[in-house]
Amino acid sequence: MAGIELLNFGFEFVEVFAFIVLATVGLAVIFGMMGIINLAHGEFILVGAYATTFAFAAGLPLPLAMLTGVVITAVFGLVLERFIIRHLYGRLLDSMVVTWGISLVMIQLVRIAFGNSAPGVGIPFGQLPVVDGPVYYLVLATIAVGVLGGLYALFAWTDFGVRARATMQDEETARSMGVDTDRMYMATFGIGSGLAGFAGALYAPVMTITPEYGTGFLVEAFVAVVVGGSSVIVGTILASGFLGSVNAAFTNLAGTFMGQVAMLVAAIVAIRLMPDGITGLLADWRENRGESR
Amino acid sequence: MLEITNLHTSYGKTPILRDVDVRVDEGEIVGIMGKNGVGKTTLVKAVIGLLEADEGTIRFDGDEVTDDPADSRARRGIGYIPQGRDVFPELTVEENLRMGETINESNGDLQYEAVYDYFPVLEERREQDAGTMSGGQQQMLAIGRALIGNPDLLLLDEPSEGVQPSIVQDVTRDLERVNEELGTTILFVEQNLHVVQNLAERCYAIDKGTIVDELGSDRLESREAVTEYLAV
Ligand SMILES: Nc1ncnc2c1ncn2[C@@H]1O[C@H](COP(=O)(O)OP(=O)(O)OP(=O)(O)O)[C@@H](O)[C@H]1O
Ligand SMILES: [Mg+2]
Repeated sequence: MAGIELLNFGFEFVEVFAFIVLATVGLAVIFGMMGIINLAHGEFILVGAYATTFAFAAGLPLPLAMLTGVVITAVFGLVLERFIIRHLYGRLLDSMVVTWGISLVMIQLVRIAFGNSAPGVGIPFGQLPVVDGPVYYLVLATIAVGVLGGLYALFAWTDFGVRARATMQDEETARSMGVDTDRMYMATFGIGSGLAGFAGALYAPVMTITPEYGTGFLVEAFVAVVVGGSSVIVGTILASGFLGSVNAAFTNLAGTFMGQVAMLVAAIVAIRLMPDGITGLLADWRENRGESR
Repeated sequence: MLEITNLHTSYGKTPILRDVDVRVDEGEIVGIMGKNGVGKTTLVKAVIGLLEADEGTIRFDGDEVTDDPADSRARRGIGYIPQGRDVFPELTVEENLRMGETINESNGDLQYEAVYDYFPVLEERREQDAGTMSGGQQQMLAIGRALIGNPDLLLLDEPSEGVQPSIVQDVTRDLERVNEELGTTILFVEQNLHVVQNLAERCYAIDKGTIVDELGSDRLESREAVTEYLAV
């Protein structure tokens, strides 16, 4: 009996953790690397989901349909960066107002173009034995871990990653070392957009697709970015782990609604105790240790 | 190698440099000395391309680069060492050096061996965050980073600033070795008497945004001739 409960909690955790990670990474990359708060994040996710369902309805196999969703969202992000976002670097408030405007316009455009619903995509892979839930959630969790690992490798080890971090720390010096920093920003924004599109694509089989589809991801994404702080990957992992376990525990005890409430309360407490997020706190610790040595 | 003709630059509407002419030939070590705030950094930034020229031309390796952005000038072969040694504080020493690999792109050979030979401390501290090193070590890193891509021209903005006097002597000697062994042309701005007298083969004096004198090796030996242009 206790074993089953533990399994249920574990499954719940895996489901929520994957959702928070996938909902967050695109936003976290754009915020952490470029200091832009993208309030149209939900609509980037929406683009990914719509592109996926329509590609699927047109007869593409699901994985390819999802890839289409990612690519279309990334291209969409690149175009937006080129013509609008590029003028907003270093202007936090302006960037929020503009991206919020983009978000409103897009929701209406999608409603006008496609109406209030889109063709559905069935959940692949069937049900799990023992715990009550689809196998697909385990696939999502594996993908979430893969995305985190991939991002870590990209930013920690590749030339692109080193240049991106250098550009973030000191754009002028990076440029004078031969880095085309405009292109770095564009590429980073494209990656963040593509990741948002990926979230939309991956959850297309699980959630009903309407013009408000993106808003279903926003709470988790923004809460996790704030709780995580500015360190993209570590912040996302720690915040998703923390918020995911609170959510899963309370969902198991008292249902989905209480799970959400508990998660938000935990987030508020966490932000109160750690204004710069978990990674901000870690950075302070490291600094203090350095000083006392 | 580098030819600046009739250069004018400004910050917004405030003119800073007026009618600057500077010429550096291949293999030379040339200094530009001047007091606080006379426009040394402005000139260096105009050469690397972080500041636009209002008027005049800059030619590098025979090509006009006046309108090229800084990244393209770096890739052509200018290794720049900013004032206050702007290393990337949260990158490791090795990652900082890696950032220099793009300099002088067409020249494929990287100079890790030479850089670690000049500055062994950089090899010992490869894994350390650059921001946690001492001022002198950061200056060595900034020089090493600019050298990694084997630039044709090394451009330094006050390499002695904020560095202990004993280390200043080391850095001066290291730069001489770089010039001799790697054949790198060097242009630096300074207000440190020791560096000007010991490093420069030839030195311009800048005051109020324009070049006011040019000193050959004979006049550089005279302390009076040099201090006239420095705040000593
Ligand atoms: N970003 C800026 N905006 C406006 N004016 C500036 C700016 N940077 C420098 N100046 C002005 O331009 C003039 C030249 O400055 P510059 O930094 O080139 O001098 P410098 O010779 O390098 O001085 P230092 O020896 O202190 O490094 C100074 O009067 C300075 O006040
Ligand atoms: Mg200066």
